[in-house]
Amino acid sequence: MANGAPTMSSNDGVAATLAKSLGAAVLDTVEAHGEISFTVDRKKLPAVMDKLRKSHEYQQLVEIAGVDYPERPERFEVCYHLLSLTKNHRIRVKVTTDEDTPVPTVTHIWEVAGWLEREVFDLYGVLFDGNTDLRRILTDYGFQGHPFRKDFPLTGYVEMRYSEEAKRVVYEPVKLAQDFRSFDFMSPWEGADYILPGDEKSEDGDDKGAKK
Amino acid sequence: MADYLDEMDGIADEADPTVGDLEIQNYTINFGPQHPAAHGVLRLVMELDGEIVERLDPHVGLLHRGTEKLIEHKTYLQALPYFDRLDYCSPLAMEHSYVLAIEKLLDLEVPLRGQYLRVLFAELTRICNHMLNIGAHVMDVGAMTPNIWVFEIREQCLAFFERASGARMHSAWFRPGGVHQDVPLKLLTDMADWLDEFPSFFEDAMSLVIDNRIFKQRNVDIATVSKEDAVRWGFSGPMIRGSGIAWDLRKSQPYDVYDRMEFDVPVGTRGDCYDRFMVRVEEVRQSARIMRQCLNEMPDGPVASTDRKVVPPKRGEMKQSMEALIHHFKLYTEGFHVPAGEVYVATESPKGEFGVYLVSDGSNKPYRCKIRPTAFSHLQAMDFMSKGHMLADATAILGAMDIVFGECDR
Repeated sequence: MANGAPTMSSNDGVAATLAKSLGAAVLDTVEAHGEISFTVDRKKLPAVMDKLRKSHEYQQLVEIAGVDYPERPERFEVCYHLLSLTKNHRIRVKVTTDEDTPVPTVTHIWEVAGWLEREVFDLYGVLFDGNTDLRRILTDYGFQGHPFRKDFPLTGYVEMRYSEEAKRVVYEPVKLAQDFRSFDFMSPWEGADYILPGDEKSEDGDDKGAKK
Repeated sequence: MADYLDEMDGIADEADPTVGDLEIQNYTINFGPQHPAAHGVLRLVMELDGEIVERLDPHVGLLHRGTEKLIEHKTYLQALPYFDRLDYCSPLAMEHSYVLAIEKLLDLEVPLRGQYLRVLFAELTRICNHMLNIGAHVMDVGAMTPNIWVFEIREQCLAFFERASGARMHSAWFRPGGVHQDVPLKLLTDMADWLDEFPSFFEDAMSLVIDNRIFKQRNVDIATVSKEDAVRWGFSGPMIRGSGIAWDLRKSQPYDVYDRMEFDVPVGTRGDCYDRFMVRVEEVRQSARIMRQCLNEMPDGPVASTDRKVVPPKRGEMKQSMEALIHHFKLYTEGFHVPAGEVYVATESPKGEFGVYLVSDGSNKPYRCKIRPTAFSHLQAMDFMSKGHMLADATAILGAMDIVFGECDR
C-alpha cells in the first residue's frame, strides 16, 4: 500500500463489465488513481443511472459535482459519484453540457439528487430537465449569476451592509480597499508567458529604431 | 342574559376558531434562522396543521462562504485551514479527507507514526464532536445537566488539541504527507490516563438520559427511517447505522491504519431518533477503544513523509542545510505541484461520509475541490422524517441528525 487513502473492492474487470453492460451510452472510460469514471451520453443518463442502480447494485448517489472548463465547447462537466454498499465499490459517471442545454434529472431514481442538482444549478447554472424544484440553494435570496463559474470573479460583484439611513440591508458594488492579489508562481526559468514591465519596449518600433 | 350569550357567541367565533364548525387553514411559520435549537443558521419553513408538521422546507446557505471557490485560488497547503472551518465541531476529521485526497493524487506514503497519530486524533475528534452533539440533543429535548457534564469532557478533548497543535479548534495539524509536528510523550501518557478516567464520567452523564422516561418519550419512535429510505436518501454515518445498516467507512474502506484497529460498529434496530442517539453513545466507547490501541501500538519514527518536494523541512534542519532552506522557501511560497488527475476520497467523519472530490490540472492550486457535506442528504430528508410529527419533535429530529452549518453551507 503506497498511500493511506481509503481502500475498496478491487477494480479488476469492473470497468469492462460495466462498459459492456451500458453499451453505446458510454462515450469514454477512464481508470486512474484506482477510480473508474465513465463519460456517458447526456440523453441516456437516466437510463444509465437506472441500470447502474438496479442491475449493478450502486444503491447510493453520494454526490453531484459540477466542474467548469471554459475552454471546452461543452464547458460544464457534471460528475455523479455512486457508491455500492453491497459491493463496497465506488464509480463516477460524468456528463458534459453547456449553459443552455439541460441535463435530464435523476430525482426519480434517487430523491437525494434534488438538492444536489439544485446546488449545481445555483453555482454553475447547469439546467436539469425534470427537476421540479430547481431553486437556488446556497447563495442569497435574489442572487444574480453563478458564482463557481471560472469567469465569475472571486470577490463577486456586490457587497452587502446594513445601512443606518435606510434602516435595512443594502447591496452596493464591491469596493476593495486593496486590489485582489493573485500571484503568478510560474518561474521565469520554466517558460513564463508573461512580459515583465519594460520588456515590451524591446519589441516596439522606437526601440528598434534606437538600435539602428 | 340572552343578549350577553349572543354577544359571547360572536366573540368566541372570531377569537377561537376551533370552536364551532368553522374550518381553519394550515399556517406557515419560520423556524429560525435565529433559533437556539436550529444548531446554527437553519431556516425551516414549516407548514403546520395545528401543531402537526405537514410540510417542511429547509432553507440552507445562510452560512455560505464560497469555500470551494476560495480553495481554487489558494495553494494546496493554504487551502487546508479552510477545512477546519467547515465542520467546526470536528475540524481534524475534515482535514483528514483533504490530505488523503492530495496524498492519493501524489501517491505519497505517510510514515506509520504519522498514520497512527492521525487515527488517534481523528478518534479524539469523534469523541469531541459527539460530546457536543449528545449534549445539544439532550438539551433540545429538555435536559440540562448532562449537557454541562459532557461539555466538560469536550473541554478536555480541546485541551489535547491545543497541546498537539497550539489551537483548540482550528488545528490545521494534518498536513499532506503526515502531521505538522510530533506530540510530546507527556501528551500521549496524559491521554492514556484520560482514557481511563473519562468513560466513568461519561457513563454517569449518560445514565441520566438513556433510561430517562422523558428522554425516551421525546425520542423513541420519532422520525423512523427504514433501511430502504436511508439508502435511497444517501444517508451515512450514525444516520444510516441508526437505521440498522452496519456501514462504516472505517471498516469497509479503511484508510490510514484503521485496518489494524479492532472496533465494533453499533447499529440501531428501529431507526428512530433514540437509536441514532444511542449509536453515537456507543461510538464514543468504540473511539476510546481505538485510541487505546493507537497509544499501545504507536511506533517511533518520523511523523511526516521525508519527501522534501511536498513536506517542508523543520526549522532545525534549515539552520544546517542550504537545500532545506530552499525547499522551505519554495514550499511556503509556490507550494507543491500535484499531478493532473481527479480523485474522490471519503472518510468517516463523526457525522457521516465526508468526501473531497479533488480535480488537479498539474499546477500548485486545485482546479476544483468539491466538498461532499454529510448534512446535505440528511437535512434534505427532514421533510419526510418530520411529516406527521409535532412541531416540538422537529428539534429532536434535528438534534439527532447532528448538523453543523459550516459544513452544510460551505
